[in-house]
Amino acid sequence: MTTLGVTRATLLKDLRMEWRSKDAINSMLFFALLIVVIFSFAFNPTAEESRHIAGGLIWVSFLFAAVVALNQTWARELRNQVLDAYRVSPAPPNALFLAKAFGNFLFVVILECLMTPLFVVFYELRSVGPVWQLVVVALLGTWALVVNGTFFAALSIRTRSREIMLPLILFPISIPALLGMVDATTSILTGDASPNFWIKLLAVYDIVFTMICLLLFEAVLNAE
Amino acid sequence: MKFFGRFAAIRGISASFAPGRLYVILGDNGAGKSTLLRVVAGLMEPSQGSFTLLGAKRIRDVAHRVGYMGHAPLLYDELSGMENLRYFAGLYGIHDDEVGRNAMRMVGLDPELSRRVGQYSQGMRQRLSLARAVLHDPELMLLDEPFSNVDVRSAREMAAVLGRVRDQGKTIFVVTHQAALMEGVADEFVHMTAGQITAREELARNLTSTDSATGLAQ
Repeated sequence: MTTLGVTRATLLKDLRMEWRSKDAINSMLFFALLIVVIFSFAFNPTAEESRHIAGGLIWVSFLFAAVVALNQTWARELRNQVLDAYRVSPAPPNALFLAKAFGNFLFVVILECLMTPLFVVFYELRSVGPVWQLVVVALLGTWALVVNGTFFAALSIRTRSREIMLPLILFPISIPALLGMVDATTSILTGDASPNFWIKLLAVYDIVFTMICLLLFEAVLNAE
Repeated sequence: MKFFGRFAAIRGISASFAPGRLYVILGDNGAGKSTLLRVVAGLMEPSQGSFTLLGAKRIRDVAHRVGYMGHAPLLYDELSGMENLRYFAGLYGIHDDEVGRNAMRMVGLDPELSRRVGQYSQGMRQRLSLARAVLHDPELMLLDEPFSNVDVRSAREMAAVLGRVRDQGKTIFVVTHQAALMEGVADEFVHMTAGQITAREELARNLTSTDSATGLAQ
């Protein structure tokens, strides 16, 4: 009944359920694919122009696609009121939060892996800076999106219009992280500036918001 | 006391319940039965007042000693019966599959059933939900309408299971509208009206008169 054990069991359970239904992955993929194709046809950028706008484009499409999955994070727990079974158990509340956040992280990372080749093809992207830095930015940026997204999705599960509430709360609070992701990605793609400041900002953002979410999640879970 | 806005769902309840007995809580819709159970289970905080559960003031301290079966099945539709029980057993630190298999057998379900819960009949869901509630061998069981949508034969079997569990020294609270089913099994009927306990009625076990039980339920 340790936090690690329950986190692992809950994560495996969520992955098994997602593997069977493919609800989150399919809707995220479809949404991201639409954004990539539509923007490509709408702007038809050259390779040079692409490097300058790709940072924003990539992260905006991942953010919107992630919201689709985040909205479904707690839907399975609400169906049949399964969340009550967790709440009456002695399992640590944070284990549930961590499992959901790790699950969403995994889903968004899979989405990013599948979408990256499409971005390269449609926008003729070639990175001037080191690619490994892009990987670091992607991991830190994705965690920033999902940790807050998972928390605010939990916060809005008892509201009637939760699909609208989530982006309404999530987007403003994600602005510093989004700024860091976009500027760091653009810096690496163009090679114009060092992304180090933005990477540090993302790391601090991740640590601070992870701690806040872990501190407050029990209250959110037990709110009536 | 428990308020929803200005509406008092539970008011002025002052009672104690002895361990090792099976209590049946009866009352009309809106009498506060389910709310009382949810407060005791720790799913709701009382607006005023306090209570002690199994000697503890904080429900979380004794959560591993309490089993709760809600009005909804509290099961994942996408998982099979055993997958559900395996996950919930893990929440109580139980990692032996045999525990889940025994719980399923106890409620008359086949542990080898690979069908997902979403494809179960309502009666099977209720049985599995009961298996989930008793999985960790709790001392106190809180069961909210365990017989709803269950056919009479299955409901009688479930009631008999509850009687056997009580005989092992467990304390059981059952909220139901089907008092007749619990006649002969229950130790006490607790009547609730408008958020208050209005009567407590000691019963002799193993009575068979369903007529009088029906009368009591009304």
